[in-house]
Amino acid sequence: MEYFTLFMGAVIVNNFVLTRFLGLCIFFGVSKSLDASIGMGMAVASILTASSALAWAAYNFVLVPLELKFLTLPVFVILIAGFVQFLEIVIKRFAPALYNMWGIYLVLIATNCVVLGVPLINVESNFTFIKSVVNALGSGVGFALAIILMASLREKLQYADVPKSLQGLGIAFVIAGMLALSFLGFSGMIPM
Amino acid sequence: MNYWAIFKKGIFDQNPIFRLALSLCPALAVTSNVFNALGMGLAVMFVITANNVVVSIVRRWVNQKVRVPVFITIIATIVTLTQLMLEAFLPALYKELGIYLALIVVFAIILARAEVFAMKNGIVPSFFDGLGMGTGFALAMLLVGTIREVFGTGAFLGFPVLPASYNGPLILILAPGAFMVIGLLIGLFNVIGEYRSKLAAQRGEA
Repeated sequence: MEYFTLFMGAVIVNNFVLTRFLGLCIFFGVSKSLDASIGMGMAVASILTASSALAWAAYNFVLVPLELKFLTLPVFVILIAGFVQFLEIVIKRFAPALYNMWGIYLVLIATNCVVLGVPLINVESNFTFIKSVVNALGSGVGFALAIILMASLREKLQYADVPKSLQGLGIAFVIAGMLALSFLGFSGMIPM
Repeated sequence: MNYWAIFKKGIFDQNPIFRLALSLCPALAVTSNVFNALGMGLAVMFVITANNVVVSIVRRWVNQKVRVPVFITIIATIVTLTQLMLEAFLPALYKELGIYLALIVVFAIILARAEVFAMKNGIVPSFFDGLGMGTGFALAMLLVGTIREVFGTGAFLGFPVLPASYNGPLILILAPGAFMVIGLLIGLFNVIGEYRSKLAAQRGEA
């Protein structure tokens, strides 16, 4: 039950994109098309979970025993970027079909705020291993949810008459604001 | 190229937030009041300038193929230094900025300047490029922070500036307000940019 609350909290109440503003570059960059958004959402959710697990292990088994906590940031960045690159090579070699579908997104997430932010938050909150993974999975699913919603809204927007100066990014922000407003309705449902 | 032109372009024409739309996360996350917004802006300004200088010093010895990991390591080091310094001297600000300070590492704008400018230019132009981009970023943060704090709470840096009877819309300091304020500011900057290029075109004809 505790894990379920944590998961739902990360998906909806503390949605990373809409309440904590992580991963906005991808959120606004990719949400122009629905297909791309679904692919990106899946890629972020899986990478996030895997890299959180990896970062947790590196922090608790290497950095803490060696008293190198001040190196957390560089180590996490290199670890995650390296892991994503490694994954890219493996997928390209063994599952070319999958690579053709998702490969481009992998490169984009290598250095992304969400992918670095969630492991850092896990470590700062002193989560156990399982809690870190659950939180990461929830955050990833939350990201996927937000980007898919946003892409659906933006596809509808093509038929709307938007003032010239707001076209593109401007109106996308205003819509994201509305989306955040509706997610604000969930706040307080699950105390964090 | 003269240094003033290099410095100036980051402030309006290529403003990182409103024109390039890079590094948006902090622009929304820590701008609910002026103090945090300005603190974040200055931290980023320091990191981007220092990184540009370091990259332009080491660029001769960096192999093209491994440049991105090298840049990221340099940035992570500078950000860690900034974090430790803020924690020691401005603990209140450090606590407020929290995770977003660490996330300066993955700012697209910093990597982009290293790649686009510092990798190809000497130390002095790189310094001014970083300083200009950083100033543009800090000014944008200040603008968003001012709008949200003044109209959301009626105060500036904690001092009341609007009459006490002003009951601001709370939404401005909450998450949705951040998105909307930035969206509308992007629109405003587009209008100004268009007007300026029209002026420039007229001057060219005359």
